[in-house]
Amino acid sequence: MTSQNPIETDTTMYDVEAVRADFPILARTMHDKPLAFLDSAASAQKPRQVIDAVREVYEHEYANVHRGLYQISEAVTDKYEGTREIIRDFIGAAHTHEIIFTRNGTESINLVAHSFGRHFLSEGDEVVITELEHHANIVPWQMLRDEKGIVLKVVPITDDGELIMSAFDEALGPRTKLVAVSHMSNVLGTILPVEDIIRRSHAVGAKVLIDGCQAITHIPVDVLALGCDFYIFSGHKLYGPSGIGVLYGREELLNEMPPFMGGGDMISSVTFEKSTWAKLPHKFEAGTPAIAQAIGLGAAIEYVNGLGLDAIAAHENDLLSYATQQLSNLEGLRIIGTAPNKSSVISFMLDYAHPHDIATIIDRAGVAVRAGHHCAQPLMDRMDVPATVRASLGLYSNRADIDALVRALGEVQEFFG
Amino acid sequence: MSDDLRELYQEVILDHGKNPRNFHACDDATNEARGNNPLCGDQLVIYLKLDDDGKVADASFLGKGCAISMASASMMTDLVKGRSAEEAQKMFEAFHDMCTGEGEGTELDADIDKLRVLSGVREFPTRVKCATLPWHTLVAALKGENEISTE
Repeated sequence: MTSQNPIETDTTMYDVEAVRADFPILARTMHDKPLAFLDSAASAQKPRQVIDAVREVYEHEYANVHRGLYQISEAVTDKYEGTREIIRDFIGAAHTHEIIFTRNGTESINLVAHSFGRHFLSEGDEVVITELEHHANIVPWQMLRDEKGIVLKVVPITDDGELIMSAFDEALGPRTKLVAVSHMSNVLGTILPVEDIIRRSHAVGAKVLIDGCQAITHIPVDVLALGCDFYIFSGHKLYGPSGIGVLYGREELLNEMPPFMGGGDMISSVTFEKSTWAKLPHKFEAGTPAIAQAIGLGAAIEYVNGLGLDAIAAHENDLLSYATQQLSNLEGLRIIGTAPNKSSVISFMLDYAHPHDIATIIDRAGVAVRAGHHCAQPLMDRMDVPATVRASLGLYSNRADIDALVRALGEVQEFFG
Repeated sequence: MSDDLRELYQEVILDHGKNPRNFHACDDATNEARGNNPLCGDQLVIYLKLDDDGKVADASFLGKGCAISMASASMMTDLVKGRSAEEAQKMFEAFHDMCTGEGEGTELDADIDKLRVLSGVREFPTRVKCATLPWHTLVAALKGENEISTE
């Protein structure tokens, strides 16, 4: 099939079929149909390299980290800590001790809300978020508001799903202490102008947290060039295991912040009278961490680096154009989220069928999508839709996946059209 | 097209889903409850008018949801008219068993048997709540509760 998109010529080097061969699950069927997995924005599939890395840990290398005075514990500690360096390099941070391991993106944001929020924010201080945030970047700030009396300000978006920057400027003020925004919307696919957001926020003295759970798999991120104060993401959307997430924070901020949880591994000394905290990053990592998962995330990042995020992005953008074009041809289909600068996510509605009925029918055709509010109910209200169907792309997605989706939507039309 | 899909989306359901019966608010409702399915965002309000004997004199609903939940609410509001709270509760239990596959082979009265067209959901575990949400909300309304959530 020939594409009308000129970007495709740049992606001829990207061999998506070879990439797909690295993902064992893509060979399986669903309801006896080839699996068309279009739900990577919820959680991505894992390449054999990640699966092997995790198995290698458990078969040959496993022991607790930071504790054992024996060879395998020391070796696995080195490997676990080595992952921090892989991540530091991947996001362009200055120091490995600025990379804090958490369970997932949600925990990373909660860590900042609890530690930074409780320590630095007081009654009347303002936290600025946007209308397109995931619940994970709304609820922790509401909880902090109820506890500390801070003010939560929400910046509106346009009907296309772009942030209204004039409204953003209006939301900033002398009491703004933190701006917490998505780098990329998990529902609309909009990429936010985070460079601008960070610059304008810093101009009023506010710190900035970027929720990179979606963006990290599609856009090269350089936290030093961005200048953000916190950048968070999860491992499982980045082709790594679930149960591991990352908080990047600037050293001086992290040093000033109190611990999040207390326990083993995060202390320097403990008596019944007083405990002192370990240095970064361990101050924020109480208890035995997700050892194999962290190492698996390291393998995932090396896998992504091997393909190159620029090449991945070019492939995904080409496929997004193809999908947008194919879906737009369907009668009664409306795409929710039409910002010019978007990536890898298409939310849509059919005017004759509810998203859940659509998802149930296309599931039987082997097509995996998400239907619902996508953990973004306020955004659903803003776009005035009860729910959407969301097809999301990963580095292994191909045109056959999109064609299967379009074919399956034809079956929906047979029933409901 | 698979058989279980054809069973799930029978003509009767598609018809009720597209043209729901009793789809309106009721200004003089004696009982009213809102039902939410937070997983999928389905929402509906059930309005009941109970007579002096506690029987359902009128029932209607408003809401947004999938074809299954709309059809279920539509059929339910037709069927509960003239029933007592106790009878409605029994209908709900019979219907619930039907949707989860537990009531296989049970003799049902003719009215409840009409709901059998919805029993295709038993092959779709994630969709059972779509069919039962209106009934959960009805039971709440009969008990004088204002709000229920299926999670």
